[in-house]
Amino acid sequence: MARVTDTMLRLWWRAARLAPIIALLAAWEIFARSGAVTPFMLPAVSAVAERIYDDAVGGDLFLNIAVTLYRTLAGFAIAAVGGVMLGAAIARTAAARWFFDPIISVGFPMPKIAFLPVIILWLGLYDVSKITMVVLDAIFPVVTATVAGIAGVEKELLWSARNMGAKHRELLWQILLPAALPQILTGLQVALPIALIVVVVTEMQMGGYGLGGAMIQASRFANSRGVFAGIVEIAVIGYALVAAMAWLRRRLLAWHQEAHGPTGV
Amino acid sequence: MTVALAPKASVPRVLVRYSPLLILALSWEAASRLHLVSSLALPPLSDVAQAWLELVQSGELVANGLSSLYRAGAGLALAIVVGGALGIFMAIFRPVNVMLGPLVELFYPMPKSALIPVTVLWLGFGDGSKILLIFLGCMLPVTIGAYSGARGSDQHLIWSARSMGAARLRMIWDVVVPSALPELLNGVRTALALSFILLVSSELIVARQGFGYLIGYLGANGSYEAMFAVVLTVAFIGFLADRVYQAVVERVLRWRE
Repeated sequence: MARVTDTMLRLWWRAARLAPIIALLAAWEIFARSGAVTPFMLPAVSAVAERIYDDAVGGDLFLNIAVTLYRTLAGFAIAAVGGVMLGAAIARTAAARWFFDPIISVGFPMPKIAFLPVIILWLGLYDVSKITMVVLDAIFPVVTATVAGIAGVEKELLWSARNMGAKHRELLWQILLPAALPQILTGLQVALPIALIVVVVTEMQMGGYGLGGAMIQASRFANSRGVFAGIVEIAVIGYALVAAMAWLRRRLLAWHQEAHGPTGV
Repeated sequence: MTVALAPKASVPRVLVRYSPLLILALSWEAASRLHLVSSLALPPLSDVAQAWLELVQSGELVANGLSSLYRAGAGLALAIVVGGALGIFMAIFRPVNVMLGPLVELFYPMPKSALIPVTVLWLGFGDGSKILLIFLGCMLPVTIGAYSGARGSDQHLIWSARSMGAARLRMIWDVVVPSALPELLNGVRTALALSFILLVSSELIVARQGFGYLIGYLGANGSYEAMFAVVLTVAFIGFLADRVYQAVVERVLRWRE
């Protein structure tokens, strides 16, 4: 009985949280139709929805989403694996720390997107340069999170594992990385939206398929419905990726104490 | 391999710490001088330095740089003021939170670069569209920082301020804002990094002035030494801004010790 009312309450609360979003959409529609702005400046929600529907029926929408997601996730995956490996190396070996620590600390705050023309010059206009750009941008939060996570592992844990005869590799895979996992996942949660931002910018810069390319093309043809459709599509993809990452975190950290506490955004 | 990471004097210490960067710079120079890579793809660092000096002397770098910094500064300032106020009001007044919380949550993960074409649609190719883009893109990290900082402010402090008869706005300014400051300033740091990303990307895509425009223009003309010079300048300014900001924050938060 208590369970039922509990889920009811939670559903009701969810629905209540949708109200401001619905209000925003309604205000957009009314404002766009009121004549205060031209449809070019702000097309109505219904017109934008129609355009998205047309794209979906024509198949362009799914092609563009697939291309954008492929670039985002490929770059993200490389940054994730490479970032954790590099972070572990920095945390564990003095030579790697000596060489990479200053490079990371100088490189992290730099706007890497400025290197885009250089990357295009080197690698051309296709997927390789877009994915390289993503890796270049997304790897830094992963590296710093991994270094901090491994450095924060309790010494007692390490000592007892060594005492029980754990080898270097076992120590890394069975003790250090699991114990650092919460922080590594936080780093990944920072890196994923960055990956999507960079993919959208590179697509806008280089054109072609992908959500960013479709948007910039619509903008060149002064097709404001297409531009707003692009914003909605990219926003939905971004929200879905962030939500998926939060879900993955809850799954992977089910054993960790944070899973029992309240979760934030 | 053991490396002495803590010599006594500070100048050698900095040299040792940053020697990997020096090694990178030297191997860059060597790689292109020895024709290991095409000097078109990677012009020697010394040529890049010379191109940089020429760009400074001709005034191109300074003029474009100032216009970029003006855009980033104006957008960021708006984002900090509006975003910070929004976050604090969300934390204090429950109706504001109920209204705006879901919207902030919806828009926060949105890739802000998607707004570039819209701001151009609204405000054209000039300063206005970049300032609006940076304002919109940088606002939410500040809002979220201010919100979680203000939410964490000590309830006892608020009660005692109230019981001493502090008016509501006065109480916010004297009690809530200072205790929200560390997290708010953390949000501003994220916003600072974002502002550079948005600035450069929007200028690369559509602009007639600014660092990003200059990079694209020089690259299209094939003057790669100069293009590398501007790219490195932008990267260095981004790095410097972050370091200066951190030093300022450390000073501002010194009273907390």
